[in-house]
Amino acid sequence: MAGRSAAIIGRIAQAVPVIIGVVVISFILTRALPGDPAVQFAGLAATPESIEQVRVKLGLDKPMPEQFLIYVGQLAHGDLGQSIATGRPVAEELASRLPASLELTLVALVLSCIIAIPLGVLAATRQGTWVDQLCRILVTAGVSLPTFFTGLVLIYVFYYLLGWAPSPLGRLDFVFIEPDRVTGFYLIDAALAGDWETWTGALKQLILPAITLALFTLAPIARMTRASMLSALSADYVRTAKAAGLGSRQVLFTYAFRNALLPVVTTLGMVFSFVLGANVLVEKVFAWPGIGSYAVEALVASDYAAVQGFVLTMALLFVVLNLIIDLAYSTIDPRFGTGAR
Amino acid sequence: MATVLDAPTASAQPPKMAQPAAVKSGALAHTLYVLRENPVTALSFGMFAFFIASAVIGPYVVPYDPLATNSAMSLKPPSLAHWFGTDNLGRDVFSRVIVATRLDLIISVAAVALSFVIGSFIGAISGYRGGWLDTVMNRGLDIIMAFPLFVLAMGIVAALGNSVANIIYATAIINIPFYARLVRAEVNIRREAGFTQAAKIAGNSDARVLAFHIFPNALPPMMVQVSLNLGWAILNAAGLSFIGLGVRPPTPEWGIMVAEGANYIVSGEWWLAVFPGLWLMLAVFTFNLMGDGLRDIVDPRRRT
Repeated sequence: MAGRSAAIIGRIAQAVPVIIGVVVISFILTRALPGDPAVQFAGLAATPESIEQVRVKLGLDKPMPEQFLIYVGQLAHGDLGQSIATGRPVAEELASRLPASLELTLVALVLSCIIAIPLGVLAATRQGTWVDQLCRILVTAGVSLPTFFTGLVLIYVFYYLLGWAPSPLGRLDFVFIEPDRVTGFYLIDAALAGDWETWTGALKQLILPAITLALFTLAPIARMTRASMLSALSADYVRTAKAAGLGSRQVLFTYAFRNALLPVVTTLGMVFSFVLGANVLVEKVFAWPGIGSYAVEALVASDYAAVQGFVLTMALLFVVLNLIIDLAYSTIDPRFGTGAR
Repeated sequence: MATVLDAPTASAQPPKMAQPAAVKSGALAHTLYVLRENPVTALSFGMFAFFIASAVIGPYVVPYDPLATNSAMSLKPPSLAHWFGTDNLGRDVFSRVIVATRLDLIISVAAVALSFVIGSFIGAISGYRGGWLDTVMNRGLDIIMAFPLFVLAMGIVAALGNSVANIIYATAIINIPFYARLVRAEVNIRREAGFTQAAKIAGNSDARVLAFHIFPNALPPMMVQVSLNLGWAILNAAGLSFIGLGVRPPTPEWGIMVAEGANYIVSGEWWLAVFPGLWLMLAVFTFNLMGDGLRDIVDPRRRT
């Protein structure tokens, strides 16, 4: 057990240099701006003196290493700077919008896992049948579909043609009142408040964007499940288990599936990279008030502090998610930390 | 553009020419066999030819000027005169979609070519030299991979400025790790190989051994990666222009056309967004199928 916890601590320690690198890159991105940030912050009616004042105030007159230390110091206090467009602190705005993005991403991921993993298992166990063909078609189509395009087609079919979905504008129709903020996840908050009408309203708004994201993430998960399931099914231990007379159900789930799950969990890390990027596009299509659409607005307004804050938040989120995946891996795989590496 | 595509194949020539002629015709026969066995691959090559043709001669053969507005004909559904309908300014959607092919292909090919060259360089050196250089470069690539890639591209475009060239750079940077890792692995396993040592003993410099003896071996898997990457690069570039980065209206480009058409989809004018989106999807689909097909040709063992 000692090897195991040491390995877990080692894995957490590995994240530290990556986080440092992420902070350095986001600092470089902030300073690589075309034009002078001081001019931007000073506003349109700036005189050379006021620009100089802003420069000193922002610390832009100091040498780069010192600026970097100041930047890190600000980050440590959770200060990501001020948004030029709204005048509010970036960190505050990101924090208030993050739950919307997380709710969408998590629902989409759960949805795609629920579909993709059984699909991959079925495709592997019934190789060459229509399930396998369906899986292949979905996998190839899924990686080729631009998320923003899928979203628009879904809106056209389910909102315009069929009228099943509510208008694709935000998290909640205006007839509903926002639930009291506890977690920021509308589904959870509404359930906590016992307001089931709002809950259904929030769910209805959530379904289309979640399906859009799920379609996109389905492909890598289903592909990996199928491949790893196939290799597990042809492994010696499965043959032995079958020869020992175990039931096909037990062979499939206890022996093959548990082992096949390991590479799938690893794939989830890559899937997160895709899903966090695709999130931005889906939020734009559905006017979803998450951090992605905030970043898009900021990009259009050349509001760099907001964009850099967004990039940094996403990168840190991704690092943390990868860490969680690896730690989850360590609980699924009993060999973790005991191998002779 | 043709030169960019030809460059890798041209540099792949030396190792092939070194082989006896019989092996070469064997490879050709194998290629033909794969194409016959897998009509989907043949189809993807056909579609690839179609996209190249659209990019090269498209602007000269489209029925309408892609930028010409005609307020009398705005928002007309698809008809014989306007195959894909007209947009809110009366521009012909079909002409715009076809003309956009060139820009989209240029962006993705240029980005992939850049990451191919830079990634090969980084990967070859770190795979050949090893040691601290290898470690430093690997950590650097790890940090690029620590960002969600599309988000990093957004950040890079925001920092460098909003232009088509910067979209290309951003797409190239986020793709570099894939090439560098691939080349590093291919070079690393051949670092101590017999033919490497023979080449060194024969008096070749390290740079020459690396460039002409070891690196060409990495090209076949690289070609597969290039093909798969092209689709992804198009998606990425179109995504960036969809959120308003890079390409400016009224330039025809698939991502921005979908973005412009998005406002009309809720009122039922579907053709504005659907046709450019469909073309984008077909292009990505083509490159992905081609990548899978190339993998079959290059490495029959990894067939799925």
